[in-house]
Amino acid sequence: IVYPWTQRFFDNFGNLSSPTAIIGNPKVRAHGKKVLTSFGEAVKNLENLKATYSKLSELHCEKLHVDPENFRLLGDILIIVLAAHFTKDFTPACQATWQKLVGVVAHALAYKYH
Amino acid sequence: RMFATYPQTKTYFPHFDLAHGSAQVKAHGKKVAGALVEAANHIDDIAGALSKLSDLHAQKLRVDPVNFKLLGQCFLVVVAIHHPSVLTPEVHASLDKFLCAVGTVLTAKYR
Repeated sequence: IVYPWTQRFFDNFGNLSSPTAIIGNPKVRAHGKKVLTSFGEAVKNLENLKATYSKLSELHCEKLHVDPENFRLLGDILIIVLAAHFTKDFTPACQATWQKLVGVVAHALAYKYH
Repeated sequence: RMFATYPQTKTYFPHFDLAHGSAQVKAHGKKVAGALVEAANHIDDIAGALSKLSDLHAQKLRVDPVNFKLLGQCFLVVVAIHHPSVLTPEVHASLDKFLCAVGTVLTAKYR
């Protein structure tokens, strides 16, 4: 919704024609769950992110053809959603840590690009 | 928040006290917020409204363009924290677009 050009990767997701359609789309929801689960894996493997994301990186490069800039966009959105959810608890230190996390995840996802 | 999250942005303020609660930072933040209000009030001609600021950034401040995005992200986070229910996806998109437009205007005369 915020970066509509990112929809280019989801032609087979059905109706993405409006914010309402996107929010109600079950494929979007399912995919969001997949992505966030993967973030969970990242948090559990902070010392070994490149290895953790190795296969996913190859997938995003060779099969999905996603410009790594999109990982940055997604990371920033995730942080804003967290901020809205946790409000006062989302301190500057908290944001700084999260920006670092989304940064290294994006880096790991882009690492195998060639 | 920006200085804490993106320490590299501090390099533009070596002359400031950047400790938490700094009066200089507060005053500067007020200036920046004022400019954003000005831009919002002249949303059909942001370039006109911020023309002097645009000159200032091009000739004197020369802040690297990437930093406007960083500040923009922090603004959005603060809005999210203080007005979570107002920040629907559509409002988020609109605010982000606005902040990007302001950044573009401020760097428009760089070359």
